[in-house]
Amino acid sequence: MAKLTMVQAINQALRQAMESNPEVMVLGEDVGRDGGVFRATEGLIEIFGSERVVDTPLSESGILGTAIGLAVYGLRPVPEIQFMGFLYPAFDQLVSQAARIRTRSTSRFTCPLTLRVPYGGNVKSPELHSDSLEALIAHSPGVKVVTPSNPYDAKGLLLAAIMDPDPVVFAEPLRLYRATREEVPDAWYQIELGKAKVAREGSDVTVIAWGSMVPTSLRAADMAEEEGISVEVVDLRTVSPIDVDTILRSVAKTHRAIVVHEAPKTAGLGAEIAATLAEEAILDLEAPVMRVTGYDTPFPVPAVERSYVPSDRRVMESIRACVKF
Amino acid sequence: MVAKTKSNAKGVIPRYSPIQILNSEGELTGPSPEIKDELLLEIYKYMILGRTFDQRALSLQRQGRIGTYAPISGQEAVQVVSAMCLKEDDWMFPTYRDYAAMYVHGMPMRDLFLFPMGHPQGGRAPQNVNIYAISISIATHLPHAVGAAWASKIKGESKAFITYHGDGATSEGDFHEAMNFAGVFQVPLVTICENNGWAISLPRDHQTHSETIAQKGEAYGIPSFMVDGNDPLAVYKVVTEGLERARAGEGPTFIEAVTYRLGPHTTADDPGRYRSQEELDQMKQKDPLVRTSLYLRKLNLLSEAEEAAMWEEAKTVVGEALKAAESIAPPEPDFFFHHVYEEPTPNILKQMREFVAEEAE
Repeated sequence: MAKLTMVQAINQALRQAMESNPEVMVLGEDVGRDGGVFRATEGLIEIFGSERVVDTPLSESGILGTAIGLAVYGLRPVPEIQFMGFLYPAFDQLVSQAARIRTRSTSRFTCPLTLRVPYGGNVKSPELHSDSLEALIAHSPGVKVVTPSNPYDAKGLLLAAIMDPDPVVFAEPLRLYRATREEVPDAWYQIELGKAKVAREGSDVTVIAWGSMVPTSLRAADMAEEEGISVEVVDLRTVSPIDVDTILRSVAKTHRAIVVHEAPKTAGLGAEIAATLAEEAILDLEAPVMRVTGYDTPFPVPAVERSYVPSDRRVMESIRACVKF
Repeated sequence: MVAKTKSNAKGVIPRYSPIQILNSEGELTGPSPEIKDELLLEIYKYMILGRTFDQRALSLQRQGRIGTYAPISGQEAVQVVSAMCLKEDDWMFPTYRDYAAMYVHGMPMRDLFLFPMGHPQGGRAPQNVNIYAISISIATHLPHAVGAAWASKIKGESKAFITYHGDGATSEGDFHEAMNFAGVFQVPLVTICENNGWAISLPRDHQTHSETIAQKGEAYGIPSFMVDGNDPLAVYKVVTEGLERARAGEGPTFIEAVTYRLGPHTTADDPGRYRSQEELDQMKQKDPLVRTSLYLRKLNLLSEAEEAAMWEEAKTVVGEALKAAESIAPPEPDFFFHHVYEEPTPNILKQMREFVAEEAE
């Protein structure tokens, strides 16, 4: 067991997936000789060669579209799009093709691909490098969306995504790529998709988060503890489909819920979770479901991005307001 | 018109004038490829089946017995002959207008009817038939064809892949991204542009200012050819050579087959609004069935009586296929919940239970 960053854990998962499964291949811009813009695929081309670690033309729809054909024909491609904001040109191939091949062919053709895509802001990058599109994708039946919040989960979830029989978007919070190191087992392990994790137990309020908003929520929970508020943090891990049971169990205990996400507020996944709680748990609730999110604007320039992304302080203020309601 | 030609190392693209061997009058204008008499007759038989299916489907749509249908009349030569050139284990990635090509490659005619009837079986070729599911949005299937051909190459197979699209598709980004990947990764794929002159109401010369569509393939380093798509002999020659290159590991081929859509784009439009009767009358002279019939007559391969029998036989085949299609059971009302993921997600399962309970009331 070694202490790894998230990007190292992802790299290890890719290497082990390729070692164990000859049908696994990675493709994308700069994933080969350059090892990926974030070094997630570093060293893979030296081990597996340029036929399985493929530098492609600069062509997002081409990368995803050909990956669909590779997947339909029995391989398990792991295409990479460099930033989530660059997914827009490939969006048609994702939601109208990858997500629908199984339905269109009544399961004769399937698409077991895993699209790796870094997302999220606060890393001082130019426009369209910071977008969070999980809600757009979650609105498309046929594709799953997974996002890890720590190195251990990154490896286990990525291996599960690669082995999944359906297309998975694996959204990597790029702010967490090198934020922490933790023990990651050397052996192969998978974390079941569609299952949330209680990242911190508490009794007064449930904070539901995923990806980079999990550490933010955990820090806010520490601050709340100093004020005598006990916060439970649920890390969704898979944001489509959402693990409703784990959320309901937690809210049945705390009677209060806050959803934290980096994407804009309106029609975000916070709205979906709030609506689900209203349908399934209205009598458990002692306060309105609150949302701490990005704003309904395009993600701003780096000079002001820290004001856009939910901060520990904003989550803390929401916790206070929710408990006092 | 004098044909200008441009040579390059990979192919020859005659500008203005496509490769032709059999002209509209059924006369050879060049040396015929080696092709057995039986195969010539088979080709014509399938062209007749295609035309008969098409006429029946159009009238069924008018009677409300099938839904929106995209006719093939005029495009039988390129579809039938290119599909005839395939081996059984080669793969086809068709569009929604490639009924005759799909039929030749093994799609049961019953299932061809099921597609415009909106039955899910119409979207799924039988397990042993190597035909991909039809994607309605234009050009989106082209990168899939490239990816599948690439996977076959990676697996060390020596299969060939064929895919089709129209002239309108060449304006889509996915066409260009797919052709670029096909060239870069040298995949075993023959791409056929059925240039039928019209993308719904937009004529070919408004679709692109390029002189030819073939040169778009050439731009990606792919051996590219422009062929008279109503000439079965020319299509046979060019497609056979392309498939041979694919099987030999020599990469992709691009073919612009110049043909004409004699009918509407689909049963939902009226071509009288956008194109002239004069043009249609002129293009009817180039009908692939007419020239093929004339040629077979000249070769003494087919008498008038034998040809009449072929048309009668086609009517029977189409009639039986229709009967089979109309007698197939409709899908279970909840079938659409079952083909989203391999294992339905909890939210789909919950919605399905609610749906079934509501249906039962």
